[in-house]
Amino acid sequence: MNAHAATPRVWRKPPFIADPRLRWAICLGALGYLVLSYATVTVNWGRVLEGMGRGAEFVLAFFRPDFVSRWGEIAEGFAESLAMTGSSTVLGVMVSVPIGLGGARNISVLPVYLVCRGIIALSRAFQEVIVAILFVAMFGFGPFAGMLTLAFATIGFLAKLLAEDIEAIDPAQVEAIRATGATWLQLINYGVEPQVAPRLVGLSLYRLDINFRESAVIGIVGAGGIGATLNTAFDRYEFETAAAILLIIIAIVMLAEYTSGYIRRRLI
Amino acid sequence: MPTVEKDGTRVWARRDRATRLRIWLGWLVGTVVFVYCWRIIGESTIWSFVWDAPVQALDLASRMVPPRWSYIGRIWRPLWDTINIATLGTLFAVLFATPVAFLAARNTTPSRWLARPLALLIIVSSRSINSLIWALLLVLIIGPSVAAGIVAITLRSVGFVGKLLYEAIEEIDKNQVEAITATGASRLQVLLFGIAPQIMPAFAGIAVYRWDINIRESTVLGLVGAGGIGLELQSSVNVLAWNQVTLIFVTILASVVLSEWVSAKVRHAII
Repeated sequence: MNAHAATPRVWRKPPFIADPRLRWAICLGALGYLVLSYATVTVNWGRVLEGMGRGAEFVLAFFRPDFVSRWGEIAEGFAESLAMTGSSTVLGVMVSVPIGLGGARNISVLPVYLVCRGIIALSRAFQEVIVAILFVAMFGFGPFAGMLTLAFATIGFLAKLLAEDIEAIDPAQVEAIRATGATWLQLINYGVEPQVAPRLVGLSLYRLDINFRESAVIGIVGAGGIGATLNTAFDRYEFETAAAILLIIIAIVMLAEYTSGYIRRRLI
Repeated sequence: MPTVEKDGTRVWARRDRATRLRIWLGWLVGTVVFVYCWRIIGESTIWSFVWDAPVQALDLASRMVPPRWSYIGRIWRPLWDTINIATLGTLFAVLFATPVAFLAARNTTPSRWLARPLALLIIVSSRSINSLIWALLLVLIIGPSVAAGIVAITLRSVGFVGKLLYEAIEEIDKNQVEAITATGASRLQVLLFGIAPQIMPAFAGIAVYRWDINIRESTVLGLVGAGGIGLELQSSVNVLAWNQVTLIFVTILASVVLSEWVSAKVRHAII
């Protein structure tokens, strides 16, 4: 018998991170971080326990939501939110298309490309809420600032994905159109657009969805919409009204998700 | 091939009549909706403020620069809190989302009629509500604190991580699971040796991706009192100290860029 039989080797699952040094470094780092954060994050357990009653009250409110007593404000808030969603998506898409075209390396020139990519990066860098604070300071309270915020955020999302889509198109079709002596506009219209249009429509619908969700949030900083109504409801401890608003938000989000999913499946 | 009549000859057209009509109708409906939305917004807008905006913007810009660099000493602690909110929130979310994902995936759920719809309900309701709204609620319940922020991030992220994870579980290779089952492994062993190795890369990728998003989201949670750098932002905006706001923006931008870099690096290493 050889030496192997004396010490039977047992199979072990290969580790996820192959390099043992990296593995241990990550484990130790994570442990160190946890200790450090545990030491600095102070939780006031007394306050938490005190709040549990209120938490239970809120959960119970979901079983008896109050749509009626503040219906006027709720309806107004939702009308504003939906209007903001609709107009900001249209506005955002209209601005995104030229920026997306300019941000695609294969059909644009370098200076235009850099400017367009710069705009995209700027729009993606900041959260909607932060942009909303600035726009509220500039344009005053109300849904106009909210609409601009959402339109601005749409640019970062849509123009980036559109530009990446255009960069990935089949160059043969563009070449074929160019060979017919087409102008630049015809080139875009017949060579590029048919290849990216279905996905552009799909992305716009998806963004419509996102814009509605976000419109519920930016009201908290004064940019109109249902967020302001929700904030007021919480401030008054009217959990039943807040629960009603949240239920409507969830219903609309689910409806929008199913509809846009259905349309996208039919398009692609 | 669709054609149109032009001066007595048939000329090539991209679409036939019915399609053109449908597209035209779509544009019409879209325009009407847009105009209607615009009217609703127009009615509740004070236009004099809007026309005033360029002046306000210039005024704002002049107050924002130069940033008040000396303020940075008061930012480090809230920034650390923000990072903690994002990281611990992601950690808890991953812990909760993993069992939810296994309950929601068609191929691992113990019961299709009870556990799966319940898990999907958790995922949907968590995803529909933004973390800022969760924070608004939690500040009321457990008081304005970093803990409220952590729980808010957790509640929002469970749905996101759960959804992506259960989709990853549904896409695994059945043969490996079958091979492990054939050795006579228990359910837990099948999970550990048949399924877990297949979803590990997706799992790590999703967690880091969500962490990156959470860094962004946790920067504003303070606006409703849930701790972090948003608290400083809120108090600076309230006293119109715009030069401090600029500094906070710079800090947020730096941390967002850094977290995006880390997340891209990690995901690149995994795939």
